[in-house]
Amino acid sequence: MPSVPNILTIFRREIRSYFNSPVAYVVIIVFLAIIGWFFSTNLFLMNFASMRVAFELIPLVFLFFVPAITMRLLAEEQKSGTLELLTTKPIRDIEIVLGKFFAAWVLLSATLAPTLLYVLTMAALGPLDPGPVVSGYLGLLLMGAVYIGIGLFASSVTENQIVAFILSFLIVLAFFLMDKVLMFVPEALTSTMEFLAVDYHFSNIARGVIDSRDLIYFGSLLVFSLFLTTVSLERRKW
Amino acid sequence: MSIAVRNLTKAYADQKAVDDISFDVRTGEILGFLGPNGAGKTTTMKIITCYMPPNAGTVEIDGLDISEHSLEVRRKIGYLPEMNPLYMDMNVLDYLEYAGRLHGIEPPGIPRRIKEMVDVCGLEQVRHKDIGELSKGYRQRVGLAQAMIHDPEVLILDEPTSGLDPNQIVEIRNLIRRLGQAKTVILSTHILSEVQATCDRVLIINDGKIVADGTPSQLQREFTGGERITLELKAPKVNPLEEILPKLRIIAYVKNATLVAHEGDVCTVDLDVDKGADVREAAFRLVVSENWVLLEMHRHTTSLEEVFHKLTMS
Repeated sequence: MPSVPNILTIFRREIRSYFNSPVAYVVIIVFLAIIGWFFSTNLFLMNFASMRVAFELIPLVFLFFVPAITMRLLAEEQKSGTLELLTTKPIRDIEIVLGKFFAAWVLLSATLAPTLLYVLTMAALGPLDPGPVVSGYLGLLLMGAVYIGIGLFASSVTENQIVAFILSFLIVLAFFLMDKVLMFVPEALTSTMEFLAVDYHFSNIARGVIDSRDLIYFGSLLVFSLFLTTVSLERRKW
Repeated sequence: MSIAVRNLTKAYADQKAVDDISFDVRTGEILGFLGPNGAGKTTTMKIITCYMPPNAGTVEIDGLDISEHSLEVRRKIGYLPEMNPLYMDMNVLDYLEYAGRLHGIEPPGIPRRIKEMVDVCGLEQVRHKDIGELSKGYRQRVGLAQAMIHDPEVLILDEPTSGLDPNQIVEIRNLIRRLGQAKTVILSTHILSEVQATCDRVLIINDGKIVADGTPSQLQREFTGGERITLELKAPKVNPLEEILPKLRIIAYVKNATLVAHEGDVCTVDLDVDKGADVREAAFRLVVSENWVLLEMHRHTTSLEEVFHKLTMS
């Protein structure tokens, strides 16, 4: 069983490292600037209070945002050699992976938190149905978690941060586009591809329907990516 | 805390980095790994510290097998990897706390251990600085401090003095000597004087195999193949090749005489002498009887350096 204190130790270092450098602030500001721009330009075009625009836009921004916050996590440790230091301490590889995962997830949540201001703005302008808002945020957190898992895996296979960024971008892009290219694939494959698509499950949840199938989809993808990351860390033993 | 290494073998692709190595380290012993670059020192250390498994063979630390009891073994070991990797963006105190937690020290006990390490390793002045700002010598001390934060019974140090200036080297050596009294230490180096200064025992490794094992003075004695005497002579109007060398060669026990340098009337000659023989007196008498002038006479004993050279240059 992974030990919670060990995970917390890794988690705390990563969080500090995010917020001690300008990196976290820069990505958060860029993220909020993009979302804020599109949100406010659309706000007055619509006639009813809804977060739909934001929930359509944020998954797009996640495609770049998540690789940017995960690319460093394991690639840098490999490049600087500190991974050897870490893996010869009495700590399991999975604890390293989980600590880093939670740190990135908390950073992602901290980035989403200021968008609650938009929700308040909306609620002030007109009647806002709270159900889809809550489930929309839940969907974003789940989607973010899966993307972080993928980003961590990409960061574990290379010691070059740029390569990690591009690789994780390509993988999350593939999952994102899966249900947008259905018209180009043979009919036999369409239902499988639709089920694999991140956006399909996200929009299910964002609509306010929290189905166990969607939760299982996100859960298993996350577990699988974290498992692959751990296996990839054990490459040194092959 | 003893270490038992048995038939350790590790190959990268088809090249054997470590080839069937076996040795023991006793509690409280400081063992020096000596060998040229790429001899297998680092690989052996990486295996002992559970960074990677061997292809064959076993390592037991205090009776615990490293592959079966990896976490317990790692708890007992303090490790300073080659190149001393550190987190450049952390300050010294934060880093030591991080290392302490990773080693599973109970949080209330960590500040006390950090203070001890700061004192022992002389980090007082830089404790609030980022590691990235520190000089190489201080970084090395931080590396040692993190390796010892949990008071491990076994210390594994891969080239602990590489890249340091002579003063720092002496300091780090003294530190290792002092700490080594209560711990089992393995350190690797390719600096020979270091082994003589710090280690109780030396293993010379070449091409993945152990080629010598013993105390520094044992090795020196064992591998002495004879002595060499250097003479500097002033002999006016004499051709050294034709007149001096043949006369020196007929002294008893002299195996060979070679001309090293010749400038004007002064020439330098090396005499290779049988093991245990002393020909200095005979050489002196010859010089006097020939009316040459003896400017210098010097006897070399085989240094560990030559032992090393002999064993690793085949």
